Amino acid sequence: MAVDTAPAPATSLVDPAQGRLPRWATWAFLAGGVVAAFLLLLVLGNPTVAGVVGLGAVLYAVGATVASFVVEGRRRAVDRLATTLVTGAFLLALIPLVSLVLLVVTRGMTSFSWTFLTTDMVGIFGDMTEGGIAHAIVGTLLITFAAAVISVPIGLLTAIYLVEYGRGPLARAITFLVDVMTGIPSIVAGLFGFAVFTLALGPAFRAGIMGAVALSLLMTPVVIRSVEEMLRLVPNELREASYALGVPKWLTIVKVVLRTAAAGIVTGVMLAVARIIGETAPLLLTVGLVTQMNTSLFEGRMATLPVFAFRQYEQGGTGIDRAWAAALTLILIVMLLNLLARLISRWFAPKGAR
Amino acid sequence: MSKRIDVSDLDVYYGDFLAVEGVTMAIEARQATALIGPSGCGKSTFLRTLNRMHEVIPGARVTGKALMDGQDLYGSDVDPVTVRRQIGMVFQRPNPFPTMSIADNVLAGVRLNNRRMSKGEQQDLVEQSLRGANLWNEVKDRLERPGSSLSGGQQQRLCIARAIAVKPQVLLMDEPCSALDPISTLAIEDLIAELKSDYTIVIVTHNMQQAARVSDRTAFFNIAGTGKPGKLIEMDDTATMFSSPREQATEDYISGRFG
Repeated sequence: MAVDTAPAPATSLVDPAQGRLPRWATWAFLAGGVVAAFLLLLVLGNPTVAGVVGLGAVLYAVGATVASFVVEGRRRAVDRLATTLVTGAFLLALIPLVSLVLLVVTRGMTSFSWTFLTTDMVGIFGDMTEGGIAHAIVGTLLITFAAAVISVPIGLLTAIYLVEYGRGPLARAITFLVDVMTGIPSIVAGLFGFAVFTLALGPAFRAGIMGAVALSLLMTPVVIRSVEEMLRLVPNELREASYALGVPKWLTIVKVVLRTAAAGIVTGVMLAVARIIGETAPLLLTVGLVTQMNTSLFEGRMATLPVFAFRQYEQGGTGIDRAWAAALTLILIVMLLNLLARLISRWFAPKGAR
Repeated sequence: MSKRIDVSDLDVYYGDFLAVEGVTMAIEARQATALIGPSGCGKSTFLRTLNRMHEVIPGARVTGKALMDGQDLYGSDVDPVTVRRQIGMVFQRPNPFPTMSIADNVLAGVRLNNRRMSKGEQQDLVEQSLRGANLWNEVKDRLERPGSSLSGGQQQRLCIARAIAVKPQVLLMDEPCSALDPISTLAIEDLIAELKSDYTIVIVTHNMQQAARVSDRTAFFNIAGTGKPGKLIEMDDTATMFSSPREQATEDYISGRFG
């Protein structure tokens, strides 16, 4: 049935009127922006690194977008602008983080050594450069561990109640109170720890456990929230599968729900630990600072890294170097804990799914 | 093994909402009973009431009677956990436990209930259940691999193996093939034909050919409109239902003239 028809309309996928900027254009615009910013600032006065980078970024964003609009059309220009903004925001957010780590590492390395990690501050005074933080490391680890021992069971059980059992006004009230608790200023938590033990055991009582109780007040809501999120992620189908096998509810929770969420729970607990390990104010109020090792949580003041750093910095002189080194140690401990959490959660993670 | 279930005047409520009304039905032992009907007509809800799985949903409750070999499933002294150990269930989407190996999934009913069992017994139970689910030959070399490494059809048969490993009297299946391809569906249907010599099977399906192929008796559920309760319209031998149903609604549904 060959009827004479007009040739089919051209449906080419390439629009001849629309060009594309070459691949190197991005880099060319970036270099151009920076150079132009440098020259401009040179004319106006004296160029600084921050000024050149800042102005260069703006010039690049404007130049690349305009050029792209002319050559490539509206859609691609908007795409370029959005890419620039997103990347820019990311780099901006990175600046404080990178500068903080760099600063702590460079300043901290002056005093940081094996001896520093393994000695305490007994008999150190004035401008002596000896002394170390062994007692503060032990104190921080002990107090944080004790806080976790208090918070994790409470947090875990509360989260289980909220997800698996809680309904109605009681559950809503608990959720609300947990939210309120998240916002407690750390100094208030410290006062709470102080008040509880002072009322119960008299004003002279000082022990690491006071700090642990104060910190657990800050840690518990974080644990509840993160565990709750993790438990809600466990598909209902798994609970039903377990019920259908004639498994009671509590065994289903223990062996299916908690087991499936284990990786996330470990990560959540570690994040909560990282949240409290650097707290200063509550510990300053409760456990104070000592110069010698104290391995008992229930007797006497204890040294901790944040309080140690605070006091040393306050003292000035060689103390400032010690403060930086203590800060570096604290960051390293948090990093190690995070690494540990990763390994543990990999161990617990459901395997082989795709 | 295998018992019959007699249901009389069963109403199912979600809160104040009457979801299924007045079901009276006899489910024969060692037969496959198919429940068919349009979406939302309450057949899955009804199926769940047979092993009290509806109680998992807050506010769901039942009035009426359901007797398994004369024992009231809803008796005040009956523990739902005991009911579910005797009346197993297979779900629409395969749901093996992601943290467990294939063998552990089969043993889940034993392990999760903290029952002690020797290694040899465990191995026997795994092999016997997987053979029962026609899966043994495909997985016997990789019993330690995770259950989620299997294909969808294999996962569903793993779930059936898991359900029969606790040696139930009755096996409930809630659209067990709706997430599977035709070949896996065929494998499951063959399996149902074998299983019904040992178990009482109740299967919910949207696929009328499937109901015709696998079941001995068929029950048709229907719903008068949104917000109205689902009802059992009629129940008969599958052959009769598909050739000469008594009710006009059944014939309309089966012949595709529904709605």
